[in-house]
Amino acid sequence: MSDKAFKTLLWFAASIILIITGGMLYSLTSGAIPAFKQFGFFEFLSSSEWNPTEGSEKYGALAFIIGTIITSILGILFCLPFSLPVALFIGEYFKGKKIASLLGTIVDLLAGIPSIVYGLWGFYALRPIIMSLGLSPQGFGILTASPVLGIMIIPYAASLSAEFIRMVPNDLKEGAYSMGATRAEVIQHIILPISGSGIFSSYILALGRALGETMAVTMLIGNANGIPNSIFDTGNTMASIIANQFGEAYGLKLSSLIAVGLLLFLITAIINFIGKLIIKRNNL
Amino acid sequence: MNTFTYRKIKNASLYVLVCLFAGLTAVPLFAILGQVLIKGWRQLIVSDFFVKSTPTTLDALIALRSGEIIPGGIANGIVGTILMVLMATFIAIPIGIFAGIYLAEYKTSKYASIIRFLTDLLQGVPSIVVGVVAFIWVVIPLKSYSALAGSAALTVMMLPLIIRSTEETMKMIPNTMKEAGLALGTSYPIVILRVMLPSAFGGIFTGVLLAVSRVIGETAPLMLTALGSTMIQWDVTRPNSAVSLLIWEFYNDPNLQSLVWSASLFLLIFVLTLNIIAKQIAKKWRIQ
Repeated sequence: MSDKAFKTLLWFAASIILIITGGMLYSLTSGAIPAFKQFGFFEFLSSSEWNPTEGSEKYGALAFIIGTIITSILGILFCLPFSLPVALFIGEYFKGKKIASLLGTIVDLLAGIPSIVYGLWGFYALRPIIMSLGLSPQGFGILTASPVLGIMIIPYAASLSAEFIRMVPNDLKEGAYSMGATRAEVIQHIILPISGSGIFSSYILALGRALGETMAVTMLIGNANGIPNSIFDTGNTMASIIANQFGEAYGLKLSSLIAVGLLLFLITAIINFIGKLIIKRNNL
Repeated sequence: MNTFTYRKIKNASLYVLVCLFAGLTAVPLFAILGQVLIKGWRQLIVSDFFVKSTPTTLDALIALRSGEIIPGGIANGIVGTILMVLMATFIAIPIGIFAGIYLAEYKTSKYASIIRFLTDLLQGVPSIVVGVVAFIWVVIPLKSYSALAGSAALTVMMLPLIIRSTEETMKMIPNTMKEAGLALGTSYPIVILRVMLPSAFGGIFTGVLLAVSRVIGETAPLMLTALGSTMIQWDVTRPNSAVSLLIWEFYNDPNLQSLVWSASLFLLIFVLTLNIIAKQIAKKWRIQ
């Protein structure tokens, strides 16, 4: 094979990525256009009506956008008290020790468990607890979905945060120790301020994960089409409405679901982009 | 209280809290593994599990009533998963490796940085959206749900992982190796394929294993593309089942519960083993 043919082959393989992402955006947009045309783009975003009755069909994504945001942010809040200690454990307290790599492996395995198994576990283990606490009659709802979501994103938040904590220069820490600072003070005044924006970016990326998480949320959130009144209420996220209703959808409803998919695609892309941008500015 | 004791107490309590909460993270892992193991092992060791299709809920009910183990297995799911994952892997490996080589070889080119950016973007796309796109691309033109559509979705999900691991590993290989090959008069393609690629094998193989373990438990894209099937289906243009799809289909069915748990156990064993093997290979083949 000539050099030129080989280089063309490499170029072509790389271009497939361009074709896939470009095609994705094109297909989602053209699939969504009928819905946007019928309801208007901003109306689609700001309406929370989801009415599939033949003749008076009306679809809007607001309830699912709100459901997605509440569930994901609650998920991050559930994840925080565990992922931050894990990051400090691996990146500072037991840096380079065997026990740190053991915890690292455990967290990695947590990332390996399929979403559907998390959903199953939430359905049979967590839901009865929520029910017995009297928080929700059927045990479904945002409060059931978000802790499971929180557990699922611990690995993503923790491993990247640990990386940033580990990278804090030793001489800075040693400087503080030599002036008599305790380890807690070093963490509070040296490590967290320096690695702060990096840690922040890892939570942004974890949020990107949480927004698009489908199966576990679909099995636990209760699948109600209105705007949730409180965190004890049932709801739907953008991913779960697609998962639930795509199968029997056609026409305007299908187009509306594709439009929700397009929104989800754009939101996660923007969130991931912001996260990567912050990381880049921190030079990792 | 004097400040010195206060500082010491604060220091000690942070240490204890960090260890406690970090340790608590292991609880869900073992809770999930434990529950799946306890509820799933009985059904998994029945020989029918790997050769028979899923039973109807009525057959299961009859067996449950007489205190027997549910008849049937998840062979339809296993066949579907193997078909779709294999097809996706065979398409994603060559494209992913060549694209990864491109990114490593043209580090500074503008086009490569665009592709790198898009690869990152693709990796972040939610799996359900990949499913919607595969539905538009394959299910609508073929006018049928199919294993083909499912594997298209899985291919899209595997590509970014293979590309990035290939790129990262190729970048770590010292340039002198390439130069030595070229200086001996070997042509550029041969140097890349016979010198560079074999040295990068470990890293790339790890990437492929991780990509397979990521998609093997995927459910969301498959429910929009492969749909499901109650019998073993080898025709890739027809709707097909998958182990993960079976869990989704039956998790609510009280009669088929033990089948659902054992399907989960099967998936977990598969995924976690792949993960651990990948990590071991990555350790062994680490390029200095």
